[in-house]
Amino acid sequence: MAIKVHGVPVSTCTAGVLLCLHEKGLHYELLPVDLAAGAHKQDPYLSLNPFGQIPAVEDGEFSLFESRAINRYLARKHKDIGTDLLRANSLPESALVETWMEVEAHQFHGPATAILHEIIVNPMYGIASNEQTIETEMEKLGKVLDVYEERLSKYKYLAGENYTLADLQHIPNLVYFMKTTKAEAITCRPHVRAWWDDISSRPATLKVSANMKLI
Amino acid sequence: MVVKVYGTVRSACVQRVLACLLEKEVDFDVVHVDLEAGEQKRPEFLVLQPFGQVPAIEDGYLKLYESRAIIKYYAAKYADHGPNLLGSSLEERALVDQWLEVEAHNFNDLVYTLVLQLVILPRMGKPGDLALAHSCEQKLETVLDVYEQRLSKSSYLAGETFSLADLSHLPGIRYLMNEAKMGNLVTERKNVNAWWEDISNRPAWKKLMQLAGH
Repeated sequence: MAIKVHGVPVSTCTAGVLLCLHEKGLHYELLPVDLAAGAHKQDPYLSLNPFGQIPAVEDGEFSLFESRAINRYLARKHKDIGTDLLRANSLPESALVETWMEVEAHQFHGPATAILHEIIVNPMYGIASNEQTIETEMEKLGKVLDVYEERLSKYKYLAGENYTLADLQHIPNLVYFMKTTKAEAITCRPHVRAWWDDISSRPATLKVSANMKLI
Repeated sequence: MVVKVYGTVRSACVQRVLACLLEKEVDFDVVHVDLEAGEQKRPEFLVLQPFGQVPAIEDGYLKLYESRAIIKYYAAKYADHGPNLLGSSLEERALVDQWLEVEAHNFNDLVYTLVLQLVILPRMGKPGDLALAHSCEQKLETVLDVYEQRLSKSSYLAGETFSLADLSHLPGIRYLMNEAKMGNLVTERKNVNAWWEDISNRPAWKKLMQLAGH
C-alpha cells in the first residue's frame, strides 16, 4: 500500500519527506492540501495534524506529523532498503546523525527560513522585504556556515563519511536559498559548496526539487 | 566511566540531559560553564560545542551536543536499564519523535521567548517586550489546548508510558510555572495539569530539582 503524504510539493517541509521517500525508493501518493482555502486549519486535516501544519503522512492505519519525525520513522522502518539515512546499526554514528539533525533544526533553520521569508515570501504578498532583518539573519547564518565549513573540511557529510538525514534536512531550504542573491554565502565557502554540489545532484534531490517552483 | 556534562544545573537544556541521565541511573559530573562570563563562547569551549552553547557531553571518546540528540543517545544506549523512554514499537518510537518535535518547534520557542522577555532581560536590567510576551502567551494557549485534547486520549504524549517526549517538556514547564509565573496555563487545563503533576513528581526529576536548588 502506498504511503499517503498530505502536503504540497513547493512546501519545504513536504519536500523534506518526499526526499526521504525517494532516497528509500518507497511508493507514495501526494494528496494536495488546499492551503489558500485554509484546509490545513480545519477538519478533516486537523485529525491528521492537530496543529494545522503540513505535512502529515498515513502509512496504512498509522498516521504521523512533523516532517523530521516522519523521516526518522521512514528511515528506521525501511533501514535495510535504499540509502541508509539514520546509520541505525551503529549507535555512535546514529548519535552524530541526530546531533546534526538538531543543528539543522536549531541553528540553520531559523536564519535560513527568516531570510527566505523576507526575500521570497513577503514579496509574493506585496510586503516589502525588511533589509535589517535580512542583514541580521545573514550574519547569524554566516556564523553557522563557518562551523559547517570547518566540519565539512574534515568529513564528506555532516554526520561523517555517509549521506544521511542530517544532510537531507537542509536541502529544501537550500533549493530556494540558492536561487536568491544570497547564494554566495554557500558558494564562497569551498567545502560547504562542494557538499551542496554533491547533495543537490543526487537523483532524489533532482526529482523533488524539480517540483519546488515558488520563484 | 562517568559522563561529563558541560553546563549549569539551572540551564533548561542541561536539565533536559540530566533528567534523562537520572532516569537511566547513569553517573555524571556537571562541569560548570560560567555562562554569565561568556565561557561558552571561548575557544576552549568551542572545541566541545562549536555553536557556543550548553550542554555538551564527554563520555570516554564520544563527544556530543544538542540536548535532544544526547537524550536519544542515552535512552537507546541504556534501553535495557531503567524506564524505557523510547516506546516499545516502531510506531510508538515514531510518536515519541513526533512529540519531541512538537516540544522543540511548537512549544519551546514560545516558552523561551516568554522567559527571555519576562524574566531574563529584566534581570539584566533591560526592558522586556511585553507585547511579544503577550503574543507568545496567546499562541501557547492554543498549543496547550492541543495538548489538552491529546492527553484526554492517552496518559502521556506518545502513549501510555512516560517517554523522552514528556521528559523534554519538564525544564520549560518548570520555568513557565515558576519564574514566568504562568502556572495558570497548566493548572487551568485538567489533563495537562494531571500530566504535569505526574511527570514532575517522578523521583528522577525531584532529585534534579534538589541538585539545582529549585
